[in-house]
Amino acid sequence: MIPELGHFALILAAMLAITQSFLPLWGAQRGDVRLMASGAPLAVAGFIAIGISFAALIWAYATNDTTVVNVVANSHSAKPMLFKITGTWGNHEGSMILWVLVLAGCSAAVAGFGGSLPSALQARVQAVMGMISLGFLAFILFTSNPFERIWPPPPDGQGLNPLLQDIGLAIHPPLLYLGYVGYAVTFAFAVAALIEGRVDAAWGRWVRPWSLAAWSFLTMGISIGSWWAYYELGWGGYWFWDPVENASLLPWLAGTALLHSAIVVEKREALKVWTVLLALLAFALSLLGTFLVRSGVLNSVHSFASDPARGIFILCLLGIYVAGAFALFAWRAPAMAPAGFFAPISREGGIVLNNLLLCSITAVVFVGTLYPLFLDLLTGQMISVGPPFFNAATAPLALPLVMAMAVGPMLAWKRAALWPVLQRLWWAACVALLAFILTLALAGWHVLSALGFACAFWLLAGAVADIADRAGVGRTSLRNAWNRARNLPRAAWGAAISHAGVGVTILGISGMGLATEKLVAVPPGGSTTFAGYEWRLEGVRDFVGPNFTARKATITVLRDGRVVHVMEPSKRYFPIGRTNTTEAAIRTSPAGDLYAVLGEERDGEAVLRLHNNPLAPWIWLGAGIMALGAAFSLSDRRIRIAAPARRRKDEAEAAA
Amino acid sequence: MSFFDALRRRARAWLRRAAGALGHASGGAAPAAMRPDSRWAGPLLLAFALLCVSPAFAQIGDTTYRLRDPVQEQRAREIGKELRCLVCQNQSIEDSDASLARDLRRIVREQVERGASNEQVMAFVHERYGDFVLLRPPFKWSTLLLWATPALALLGGLFAIWRARRVAAPAGIGPLELTEAERQRLAALQGDPKA
Repeated sequence: MIPELGHFALILAAMLAITQSFLPLWGAQRGDVRLMASGAPLAVAGFIAIGISFAALIWAYATNDTTVVNVVANSHSAKPMLFKITGTWGNHEGSMILWVLVLAGCSAAVAGFGGSLPSALQARVQAVMGMISLGFLAFILFTSNPFERIWPPPPDGQGLNPLLQDIGLAIHPPLLYLGYVGYAVTFAFAVAALIEGRVDAAWGRWVRPWSLAAWSFLTMGISIGSWWAYYELGWGGYWFWDPVENASLLPWLAGTALLHSAIVVEKREALKVWTVLLALLAFALSLLGTFLVRSGVLNSVHSFASDPARGIFILCLLGIYVAGAFALFAWRAPAMAPAGFFAPISREGGIVLNNLLLCSITAVVFVGTLYPLFLDLLTGQMISVGPPFFNAATAPLALPLVMAMAVGPMLAWKRAALWPVLQRLWWAACVALLAFILTLALAGWHVLSALGFACAFWLLAGAVADIADRAGVGRTSLRNAWNRARNLPRAAWGAAISHAGVGVTILGISGMGLATEKLVAVPPGGSTTFAGYEWRLEGVRDFVGPNFTARKATITVLRDGRVVHVMEPSKRYFPIGRTNTTEAAIRTSPAGDLYAVLGEERDGEAVLRLHNNPLAPWIWLGAGIMALGAAFSLSDRRIRIAAPARRRKDEAEAAA
Repeated sequence: MSFFDALRRRARAWLRRAAGALGHASGGAAPAAMRPDSRWAGPLLLAFALLCVSPAFAQIGDTTYRLRDPVQEQRAREIGKELRCLVCQNQSIEDSDASLARDLRRIVREQVERGASNEQVMAFVHERYGDFVLLRPPFKWSTLLLWATPALALLGGLFAIWRARRVAAPAGIGPLELTEAERQRLAALQGDPKA
């Protein structure tokens, strides 16, 4: 009964989405206030309907309802309750429901916070959101219905991939989807602006918080995914340039460019057409990411072959939305008058450089990800494009980006002088140079890592210099500077924090460049030396978990004969699904991770793979700091208070 | 033929090639002419399909083929990072424990031990397994566009910026210096803080 309720709620949501796609848009075109006002309640109703549907699916999972095909395929009664629930979105159908739920949630949030939006803009935004929602609801209902029943019910489910029974993976997709779908909102704003033929500062003021929020979630989502790969896959790597990873990186790169150019629209009303284009691009790449992952074209040829209908459906959706939006862009964009001129060396100029480099990196990742596919389709040649290519092709673009990152925020708007800014950054350059030399002196001839450390410290020092400069350190008394620093707009603090976060992530990546590993076979009681520690294998024993059996090793890590850590890597065997996983033991400290993996046992010896990953945790901490900076920026008074300004202006215009 | 048929064809070709690759590898550095026995093709394909389904299958590496000399071992690892495990989704042979990856690791180490240079080892593997094994695609006509992407994107972007600035030729952003009248007004607005 409950799954049927969920199914009906989903159909209801699709009907609401159809209404939401047309009524407000029609109202906006005719200037009918009542029709325009229908957008917000329809969005909220759609959110509630999809929420009911999602709750019904969670219910089916929590009670292990084996009459539901989706539950049978992905769950099992022996699974812990937490993973039964997170398993709801750990599969294709459930994750698509989560996708539309997040989309409807964003739509409802626009309705809730958007009271001060001009009603025509609000109506058009809601209509576009409704169209996106409709497409994906149709996709679920026609190709991926999670509420399908089976009779007679099998005695129990077929389990879930044990790799997915993990807390990291439980929170990774929702965060990623919040990011992807957040760009649906900026997309809807861009399309609405194209229909209206008007982009102004008030538009930028609305797009900016949404792009910030989406960016913040996407940053968290990507970093948690990377962290998951790091500790769960057991190879000690954190980024593999895998097509699925690239799929999430592409909207992030375009979204980062959007985030910056939206500032220019808001402050100076320049780069308007370009910002609209970026907003379209960010969501187009989000959709592409969904297509690549969900269709399995690049990831897993096998799941794809089983159901090409899904791939075709998403490809059609992608085509309709992207082609539609870009056609609208080509038609309407030339009508938008450029404004807000600026000199090449200025804050705007810096952001143009940021956009140029970020978009170039986006192009490289995009082409690199899809090139093998298209080359094979066109010529039948098979090539691999892997990490060595991406590292070599993106690094030369990333380096100038990082160098400009510390300079840009200190440039004045409209027209700036480069030399005084460089003079205020000389000490940051010295810190960077020192880091470069110290790395080479201490770690040996690792030029790339040394360059990475230099970049990291350049950014960290640059963020400090930016805040110090704004506070007037050196030009006024310290007490005065402190007060000024405290009263700086939160957006300024947010930018500095996020830029410093990038520095912290680069610090971690550079540290990982110095990682070492050792593969060794040790008998119980035996020991090996690695990374300045003595690693003693105490023994390997059997261990029984809730739905797996495991072999667990106990390794004592000693320094100078004193025990510093005890590490317990294990190998798990899941009888349901008959799969093995390796559970790495990780000892984290600010200086880095010690990482141990247990391999096979033979001839009385156990194979151990030991990694020393200097500064590894900072990679993900840095991403957290970036997201924190975005959140800080979001709490800026201007974003909370100033938004109603446009309505008052519009009313004043209407009255005049 | 539709796009998706082509994709499926590609998937099959991939598996075939993977099966062929194992044929080579199981003979160690055997001549490239070795072909997998057709009787085995079916089970092999199935095994590969299973192999590819999830990375969970990957174990953590074996100590059988390790070079004694740490410098040589380090070199072998660096070479291995550039080579694709043909049957895996997107892993290098150093990051996979599929049996093909094991065999490739052994081949690389044998070559390194014989004193071959990095380039020679790469060439040896490239010759036998084709472009697909190289994670860094080789420079050739068909990869020209790929390798040119960074430069093309950058130049294209610069051209677009140049055109946009020229088309929207600003009426000037004003003179660089304040006029005397503006300066006086500014002074009046700022006032003297001590006064």
